[in-house]
Amino acid sequence: MIYLDNNATTAVAPEVLEEMLPFLKEQYANPSGMYTFAAEVGRKVGEARERVAALLGAHPDEIVFTSCGTESDNTALRAAVWSNPDRLGVVTTRVEHPAVKNLCEHLEHVGHPVSFLPVDGAGRLDLVQVRAAMTRSVAVSSVMWANNETGTVFPVAEIGALAHEAGVVFHTDAVQVVGKIPIDLAGLPIDMLSLSGHKLHAPKGIGALYVRKGSKFSSFLIGGHQERGRRGGTENVPAIVALGKACEIAADSIERERSRVRRLRDRLESALLERIPNARVNGDVENRLPNTTNIAFEFVEGEAILLMLNEEGICASSGSACTSGSLEPSHVLRAMGVPFTAAHGSVRFSFSAYNTDADVDRVIAVLPGIIARLREMSPFWAEQTCKMPA
Amino acid sequence: MWDYTDKVKDHFLNPRNVGEVENADGVGEVGSLACGDALRLTFKLDDVGRIADIKFKTFGCGSAIASSSALTEMVKGKTLAEAAKITNQDIADYLGGLPKEKMHCSVMGREALGKAIAYYRGDLEPEPEGTLVCDCFGVTDKEIERAVLENNLKTVEEVTDYTKAGGGCGRCHEQIQAILDKVGTECMVEALAPETAAQPKLTTLQKIHLIEDTLEREIRPSLQKDGGDIELIDVDGDLVLVELRGVCSTCAAAQVTLKGYVETKLRELIAPELVVEEVTA
Repeated sequence: MIYLDNNATTAVAPEVLEEMLPFLKEQYANPSGMYTFAAEVGRKVGEARERVAALLGAHPDEIVFTSCGTESDNTALRAAVWSNPDRLGVVTTRVEHPAVKNLCEHLEHVGHPVSFLPVDGAGRLDLVQVRAAMTRSVAVSSVMWANNETGTVFPVAEIGALAHEAGVVFHTDAVQVVGKIPIDLAGLPIDMLSLSGHKLHAPKGIGALYVRKGSKFSSFLIGGHQERGRRGGTENVPAIVALGKACEIAADSIERERSRVRRLRDRLESALLERIPNARVNGDVENRLPNTTNIAFEFVEGEAILLMLNEEGICASSGSACTSGSLEPSHVLRAMGVPFTAAHGSVRFSFSAYNTDADVDRVIAVLPGIIARLREMSPFWAEQTCKMPA
Repeated sequence: MWDYTDKVKDHFLNPRNVGEVENADGVGEVGSLACGDALRLTFKLDDVGRIADIKFKTFGCGSAIASSSALTEMVKGKTLAEAAKITNQDIADYLGGLPKEKMHCSVMGREALGKAIAYYRGDLEPEPEGTLVCDCFGVTDKEIERAVLENNLKTVEEVTDYTKAGGGCGRCHEQIQAILDKVGTECMVEALAPETAAQPKLTTLQKIHLIEDTLEREIRPSLQKDGGDIELIDVDGDLVLVELRGVCSTCAAAQVTLKGYVETKLRELIAPELVVEEVTA
């Protein structure tokens, strides 16, 4: 199998699995316990917190473990809104992950004015519009660091600075960035940041929220004293330990893997564009995650492409309508104004450290044939080729 | 991943009759690039009026291609009258079923065939097909009504699965609900008519069942849409006692809802002498 859907989820690293296993077996104590058995587990949770903080350039006290990226996003936005009652507004973008997008739509529904900032054809924000949206009536702004579908990276340092000028809390959903590009929060105007373990080779069911020291905070999950009272619920110790290990591995290898993965991605992208006519890259190729490419193949439909890739043992994903169960193509591609001819036939390939040159070779070998076959079946392709000059 | 049957996979991976029949007798096109799927069907008849050759070109997902392929296999050798009888459910059955969200693929096949037959018969603009309900996907009230009747659809969501109508901006959901209400009422009146003629008075038990059923199917969904709800408490002769819940229980217009909507509906569908009253908890 060739797995090129790492923005959806990643394989658990063997070292990560090994690190967490004792906490699923003999080391089962609740870290709150008043005995050595518990203290050892508690120490390991503390170590994991340090490792996560180190990868982010943060202090361990600024890390709150959660169950997933979605919980981190919910905690951040609700905390900011609840602890700034004199400001109602929310600023976000039209291309956020559903965890933020649908949450903001919900906040709008319950009475918060929300600005959904538009993007241009390459998926970029206009900083003039960002500045205009950040007013004294806005409580919080949430702008993703990088887009999950196209890999487009937003200038969060500039956006955070604009937010702070107006006294607006700045949150970023960095689920796609952590472990892929280096982060140093110490020097950045970011108040809260969400991350998710399973995007960087930890298991599913663990996330974290960075909360800058001194930020006003209010718990989303109210309960026990865990996470210094910021998130109730007994710690998911095995997953926390796993996330810590995954962050440690990422911190060690990020520079090396980033360029290796970028080279694989670039090789795949340029070979496909060269071999397949009427194909284009969606997103901002200048400012992009090193592991992601989103390519639109005109006049064919994405689900059909994925099913044929699946027959070849290749896993990728699509922004097409048919794969999501909704009837319209992805909100990200629509916000970018990608024409329907291309949006329905968009395929995302996302790499991880486990991908190889052989994976790339295999996709290059089979995909042009798949696209040609589907185009032969498409009623629009013949029309298109007829219209094209000989 | 969709749970496609082996037959769907087979017809997707090895589609039959792809292409275009030359000098076709019938041509039918449905869908568009914007909609995300489209189908062009061409056929040729033999000397005795049977479909001798039929080919398709489809832009769409796996089930759209499989439905097109299945359709061409099903109608080959049939007369146009026979072919015209094929419903979208027949196409889905031939494939061993389709995921409910994908039923619109089979509807697309049936529509393309209908258009190709109309083309052959010279109806260049086959049946004006009613008025547009869903702007996003260009679906008319007649198309929705047909899908509702043929597939016994009950909810807006099902209509979207079968016709795509309402799957875009969602502004037409109320209109779709109105069509569902209209078709549902017609069916119920038809179904009830012979029974009420032969048996002019319902037994108490029959009456209670009908009231429960009508509340469940017709009335609760529309109240729930506005955040309210209703519960049947008791039936005493012709007196129907209900309790309003949710926002209805505190709504100033609750009496209007009760008399103007709930009572009217029950009288219309069950018995004209019914009286609805609210019990307060």
